[in-house]
Amino acid sequence: MEKLARAHVLCCGGTGCSSSGSREIISALREKLAARGMSDEVKVVETGCHGLCELGPLVIVYPEGVFYTRVQVSDADEIVETHLVKGRVIERLLFKEPTTLASVPDYDDIAFYKKQQRYALINCGHIDPESMEEYIGAEGYEGLAKALSMTPEDVIAEIKKSGLRGRGGGGFPTGNKWQFTRNAVGDKKYVICNADEGDPGAFMDRSVLEGDPHRVLEGMTICGYAVGSDEGYIYCRAEYPLAIKRLQRAIKQATDAGLLGENILGSGFGFNIHIKEGAGAFVCGEETALLASIEGRRGMPRPRPPFPANSGLWGKPTNINNVETFANIPSIMRDGGDYFASWGTETSKGTKVFALTGKINNTGLAEVPMGITMREIIYDIGGGIPDGKKFKAVQIGGPSGGCLPEQLLDLAIDYESLTKAGAMMGSGGLVVMDETTCMVDVARYFLNFTQDESCGKCTPCREGTKRMLEILNRICDGKGVEDDIPLLESLAQSIKEGSLCALGQTAPNPVLSTLSFFRHEYEAHIRDHKCPAGVCTAFVGYTINDNCRGCGLCKKACPVAAISGAVKSKHAIDPEKCVKCGACQAKCPFKAIDKG
Amino acid sequence: MGEKFAEKDVARLDEVLAGLGSQKGTLIPILQKAQEIFGYLPREVLIRVSEKIKVPLSQIYGVVTFYAQFHLKPRGKNIVRSCQGTACHVRGAKGVLAELRKQLGLEDGESTTKDLAFTLETVACIGCCGLAPVLMINDDTHGRLVPDAIKGILDRYR
Repeated sequence: MEKLARAHVLCCGGTGCSSSGSREIISALREKLAARGMSDEVKVVETGCHGLCELGPLVIVYPEGVFYTRVQVSDADEIVETHLVKGRVIERLLFKEPTTLASVPDYDDIAFYKKQQRYALINCGHIDPESMEEYIGAEGYEGLAKALSMTPEDVIAEIKKSGLRGRGGGGFPTGNKWQFTRNAVGDKKYVICNADEGDPGAFMDRSVLEGDPHRVLEGMTICGYAVGSDEGYIYCRAEYPLAIKRLQRAIKQATDAGLLGENILGSGFGFNIHIKEGAGAFVCGEETALLASIEGRRGMPRPRPPFPANSGLWGKPTNINNVETFANIPSIMRDGGDYFASWGTETSKGTKVFALTGKINNTGLAEVPMGITMREIIYDIGGGIPDGKKFKAVQIGGPSGGCLPEQLLDLAIDYESLTKAGAMMGSGGLVVMDETTCMVDVARYFLNFTQDESCGKCTPCREGTKRMLEILNRICDGKGVEDDIPLLESLAQSIKEGSLCALGQTAPNPVLSTLSFFRHEYEAHIRDHKCPAGVCTAFVGYTINDNCRGCGLCKKACPVAAISGAVKSKHAIDPEKCVKCGACQAKCPFKAIDKG
Repeated sequence: MGEKFAEKDVARLDEVLAGLGSQKGTLIPILQKAQEIFGYLPREVLIRVSEKIKVPLSQIYGVVTFYAQFHLKPRGKNIVRSCQGTACHVRGAKGVLAELRKQLGLEDGESTTKDLAFTLETVACIGCCGLAPVLMINDDTHGRLVPDAIKGILDRYR
């Protein structure tokens, strides 16, 4: 039997941390431990994502639960010698609260984690995602075992009791969806996991797939049992190679252990799961487009009804849920629906994972109970806005959502309240914007995205988003006219009403919501020829002032060779060539470059 | 398929077609494998796929041009994907992209270097928003980029 270790060193191996070098840290730690003859005493584990990607690579040492951030390979020696041999905490690597700058040694005391309620993400960062034994050790597959001892109808009743709603954005009650597929007549039924996470600024599904792949398999298998299906597909973005690798490994482990395949746990129920790699089309996140793509066709949505529950993959009844939805299922089965329903609001139960990005101190993933306020998420968990800047708005729900300004920060978040405020839950991406973000530019950014990703089937979406984008480009280029705002509003209305799928129906949302809360910014661009945030390049330029000592750093930093000047004499920027990226200003040690 | 393609590559394609060709809904996986073998999807390859799996060439062309992943022109040995996601956008992805174009010596409208060493693409989000701005080269992710770091990163793949 393997010896019990006296300490565990958990190193995050998520995409964020591994691209900051966590793999090298793991090897270095193992080497040093081996050299010290401590390999049996201390176990180094590569885990999934802890969520606090901003401060990676992250290392946690148990049993104490000491949390180290921004660890480098060169720190491995000190972690072994000082912490693991001498038992002293390394002060300089400890997490520091962005608000108070105080060091926090204990993982559980960090504000980022304290306000969270980790349920779907409970294992992420705490188990080795490549080990099925660790998942089972964390109560994995207990939910499946319990489900198989119940009738399918009772399983569905338990999910209904939990109040779980689709976490991919739609918010449709999961139990009802399962019921529809169960009730549908068909000799063959399918279960599909939608892992085509395409919203820019959302990465919770990636984190679950990479950090806890067995949970998704277990959730899908329970669903298969409940709806009467023996075959499942995971439709995963090709941009997530690590997620695909870990899923493949997990499927093999589960199949070898008899947790997938024929006669699971002696119940007579069999279920198999295949992976389908997406080919790069945002619209394939829409369920009917996703089905077309799995069938090998252009991923274009079709009208509903018939809903996939009645006629889905190959015309067979099909149940489609998102990754985060499936990730909640095993624990709901294990703990019972009432426990899950004890969190949240009247209409939205349980927890939701939000991806915090943009101008915020603690970038990362936070899972919180529904009904929490945006202020708590941004300031208590997210640590507020960096560099003492002022909060302006938070964009929620990605390109289909809208923004919430300062005055709505105390709104209790659930599906209904967000829709009422002109935003939407979407997949849960939160992009925080400060005073230096231009809201017209943000609206243009999202429209550029949806315009590019429109599949082209419906004219209002294909042509309308293009026209809206042209108008926004015009406004950002300083050529906007007074009629542009009403024109945008009228186009937005037609696109919302005339599009077949959610992509078109929601594409104008970012424009409409910025217009309702930040209309003055549009007006400033059009009437005063000013970008109040100083973002739109037509209205700004960089110039060099007399502080310049001719060091030449700006010249080297400029990606387009727009800066000229002899050594030790004042440099100049050619406004024609300048792309206004600001690289020169960031590099200048003498504050000699002005933006205006 | 003429002399244009290595015999072993054509044999690998036939193997893929023999394995997947008879199953339903395998057009996209077949094209993904074919692109892995040839680096892109030349017309001759599409014709061969069409003949073997009995799907009209027009339909295959429709699928190929629908998905961003498929390419009808030769591509570089290394694929650089510069993320233009929301988080990257607000943290300076534009400057990184400009530096990439400069370091790779790409003219306007070009996406592949003349020596076929690199192809530069933009991608809407690769889900590493915590490290913004980021880029991917092949399957490696590089984050917290500043324009200065680009040359060093590219050099590792030269």
